[in-house]
Amino acid sequence: MKSMNVKFSINAKSYEMDVDVRKSLMDVLRELGYTSVKQGCGVGECGACTVLVNGTPLDSCLYLAVWAANKEIRTVEGECKDGKLTAVQDAYVEEGAVQCGFCTPGLIMSSTAFLEKNTVEDLSSEEIRKAHAGNLCRCTGYQTIVNAVKTAAKK
Amino acid sequence: MFPIEEYHQASNVADAIQALSKDATARILAGGTDVLVRLHGGNSDYGRVVDINDLDELREIRMDEKGNITIGALACCSDIIENELVQKHLPMVAESLATIGGPQVRNCATMGGNICNGAVSADSACAALVYEFDLVVEGVGGQRIESINGFHTGPGRTILKQGDILTSFLVRPENYTGFSACYRKYAMRGAMDIATIGCGVALQMAGEKITTMKLAFTVAAPTPIRCRNAEQVMVGEVFSEENLEIMADELEKDVAPRTSWRASKEFRLHIIKTLAKKEIRRAVKSQGVAQ
Repeated sequence: MKSMNVKFSINAKSYEMDVDVRKSLMDVLRELGYTSVKQGCGVGECGACTVLVNGTPLDSCLYLAVWAANKEIRTVEGECKDGKLTAVQDAYVEEGAVQCGFCTPGLIMSSTAFLEKNTVEDLSSEEIRKAHAGNLCRCTGYQTIVNAVKTAAKK
Repeated sequence: MFPIEEYHQASNVADAIQALSKDATARILAGGTDVLVRLHGGNSDYGRVVDINDLDELREIRMDEKGNITIGALACCSDIIENELVQKHLPMVAESLATIGGPQVRNCATMGGNICNGAVSADSACAALVYEFDLVVEGVGGQRIESINGFHTGPGRTILKQGDILTSFLVRPENYTGFSACYRKYAMRGAMDIATIGCGVALQMAGEKITTMKLAFTVAAPTPIRCRNAEQVMVGEVFSEENLEIMADELEKDVAPRTSWRASKEFRLHIIKTLAKKEIRRAVKSQGVAQ
């Protein structure tokens, strides 16, 4: 099967590699060791594989790896810098917004993109829920997640 | 890994047309939120793909000096929703695209895909029907313009032939200027769900009288539809609750809902009538405010 030579960056680290066109971005990220990117449903419903591509959250399971050519990818591994958590990560810890943790990396990326775009301090629960509608938490811990996003917005 | 057997990354529209026309079973891969889902499920009908994701010229949203608005077929839902031209002139397009999937899906899914996929439940189809979209199609024989009326021929089917590629939607000023338009999706969940029924209406009034009305539904028939019988009841008449009731009865001539695991035929008909009345009231109200 066809491979294509692509360049992209993951968490500001540059990569150049031959990518099988059949692979999703999720497949490639996990092979490279970015295992925060989870496969849940595999069809874009659960959001466990959410990563940012040029700052936009998308389901990496429904995104061909070759589409990431020349783009900047962010996964949760790159968020914590020099041992310091981001405001979003801090807020998730503070509000106890993690139960089993499987959905957490995807949710952190959705919250991060949402708060980078919406910089107002007072966000309604409705707005937050809408912006996180593509991420399922099977432990159903949604209220603490909404609280965490509100807390992070004020940080 | 997706079971892709043959992959061609198109470098321009002509290249895509050539690749599609020489392979009778090749399918267009755009945003991927339908095709990749089917491939994930092992559907071999989608094994041969012509990927058009590099064709950035198909993502443009612009207006010409006459007021014709062009929305590139490859523009993703989020870009369309956030576009100022769309928000100002075609608010119902934004309103309906915002009901598709969730944020991640809307960041990839394209309106071109939503319409060409032929889904009976396509959320953007009501907007396409009431704003009377023209579809700019490129094919082996060159460029042509198709109307959205009659574009859908059955569940999952459209008039497009192998080798055709939808490049953009064209919305003419006479089909959006002065209209109040709104869309409501009835579904079990507020996000990540398929419409049980979708209802869109666009209307113009002169005083109390409705001068133009376009009413469209998804999941109410084997294709997205306009409801000409129901429209006729309201057009040229003063808006009244009595007329709304007559319109709701007349709607039965326009629609042909079916029973599926999502909802029964009877329940769908109830929702169709209820949504039509609600959305017409909403459009009348906003037209009143605008006047």
